Amino acid sequence: MSSHETSKYVPTHPVAKWFEDRLPLIGFTKSTLIDYPTPKNLNYWWTFGGILAFMLGVQIVTGIVLAMHYTPNAALAFDSVELIKRDVNGGRLIQAVHATGASMFFFAVYVHIFRGLYFGSYKAPREILWILGVIIYLLMMATAFFGYVLPWGQMSFWAAAVITNIFAAIPVIGDPILQLLRGGFAVDNPTLNRFFSLHYLLPFIIAAVVVLHIWALHVPGNNNPIGVEVKEKRDTVPFHPFYTMKDLFAVVVFCIPFAWFAFFAPDILGHSDNYIMANPLVTPPHIVPEWYFLPFYAILRAIDFNFIIDSKLLGVIFFGGSILILFFVPWLDTSKVRSGTFRPAFKWFYWLFVVNFLLLMWYGAQEPALQIIGPFTVADVSKLSVVYYFAYFIVILPLLGRFEKPRPLPNSISESVLSKPAAATT
Amino acid sequence: MATESNLAHDEAPDPGKRDFLYVATAAVGVVAVGGVAWPIINQMNPDASVLALASVEYDMGKIETGSAVTIKWRGTPVFVRNRTQKEIDEARAVPMDQLKDPEKDEDRVQKGHDNWLVMVALCTHLGCIPVGESGEFGGWLCPCHGSQYDTSGRIRKGPAPKNLIVPPYKFLTDTKIQIG
Repeated sequence: MSSHETSKYVPTHPVAKWFEDRLPLIGFTKSTLIDYPTPKNLNYWWTFGGILAFMLGVQIVTGIVLAMHYTPNAALAFDSVELIKRDVNGGRLIQAVHATGASMFFFAVYVHIFRGLYFGSYKAPREILWILGVIIYLLMMATAFFGYVLPWGQMSFWAAAVITNIFAAIPVIGDPILQLLRGGFAVDNPTLNRFFSLHYLLPFIIAAVVVLHIWALHVPGNNNPIGVEVKEKRDTVPFHPFYTMKDLFAVVVFCIPFAWFAFFAPDILGHSDNYIMANPLVTPPHIVPEWYFLPFYAILRAIDFNFIIDSKLLGVIFFGGSILILFFVPWLDTSKVRSGTFRPAFKWFYWLFVVNFLLLMWYGAQEPALQIIGPFTVADVSKLSVVYYFAYFIVILPLLGRFEKPRPLPNSISESVLSKPAAATT
Repeated sequence: MATESNLAHDEAPDPGKRDFLYVATAAVGVVAVGGVAWPIINQMNPDASVLALASVEYDMGKIETGSAVTIKWRGTPVFVRNRTQKEIDEARAVPMDQLKDPEKDEDRVQKGHDNWLVMVALCTHLGCIPVGESGEFGGWLCPCHGSQYDTSGRIRKGPAPKNLIVPPYKFLTDTKIQIG
């Protein structure tokens, strides 16, 4: 994109010039974070990228501080978390920010992913950008899981037992892998130790992939709500101050519910069972994962029948497939039109997909035997949601591109902004 | 270094020989990297102190008919249940074609000790501990994903693929067993 080579940094101060000749860091920062030409029609859904960067920073800073007081030992871990909350100066708040921060982080990433799915941000030439995003999401899931185990309460322990057991479903090598992951025949001290090590490592890997994600964003430039590429300079505004300020405002608004959780309800999203120390001889009566894993948990649990292969392996395949399928979305969606705004049929299927995802989240929190429609239980009806989840990607997206007649696209971003078409309301 | 005398020695350098050297060097490199990587991965496997906990003995004399205890073997819980005659009869009356993982009740206990059911207390789905005397089949119900087992610990409903595992054990006396 020619518009990206605008405004070259010319240092005026001799020291800056001396430095820039040796390492052009100031020029690089200026062109990527300040002058970077950004479509001028980005709406507030686009601020979640900035919010996510902010959240990664919050989690790393609070996490490093917590690690100064935490003890990764099966006998001491539970107490050390309590001591952080009670004795460490400000520990109550730092721990609460880190724990509720995970939920806020996932809320933001779901908005970010669903924004991409609606506005077709995964389509050419942004496939690598999207794939890097899915990798970040997978790393976030792993990090959140490792972190959840560290307080070593009952929910921590049984989450570790259940999630590591997923690998035991792999034929032949499943059991050796399970022992390798746990460092024993059951989840125990070696498991806790390695999870702490990995929980500390992964955020920095996430940060590295985020750098690649932003790099891959800056090559084609941002997608935008109408999905029509930037054509001329007047379609864009410089990133600073327009989007730095907009993102900052969004971060401030985002921090209001975040602060409410951290200050007033640090445990509202957790489970009271996690205030009982891990006990390998008792499973809590009602075990569910954190809310942000519930849709996938519901998919895992919905597969309770053998079909060619046994239900356990089949469930794990569906569970893994439900996330891995995101990697293929750029090629499954055959529509030439990026933005859902101009796709009348897509909109319906998309919003049904969103509702279905929320429904799966709700199913995941219920007992499988709970009857909800007549004699049909959660275990029964959640199968319909699993079918729609996969059908959306495998059947609907490929076929819609062929049969749907999209509405006419504006010629350019400037035209759409100036004419204020009805298209802006979605 | 291709000096003139070298070139004179063999006029055109043999490309096959050079390729072989590249491939051989790369192969040695791969073996070396693998040799270094393996200990880094293998350190995660169960260590000597974990492997040392091999077997455990248990005196079942105090377990009354119709009750069960949970004992710990190799860090995992094991159920020892003293079954009632009704439970045994129920388990043996089930036709094989109703079972997801067909196995006779007789094969899950030791001959002459038909009331004693010894099983690893981990759901074969994802390893939670099932709750005893519950579920539709009077056996065990797993609280995690709703798998149900009958009075022989066989899977009857839900996502678990297999019956509860019977560990290797033997009777030392009429009431004393050794697991592992």
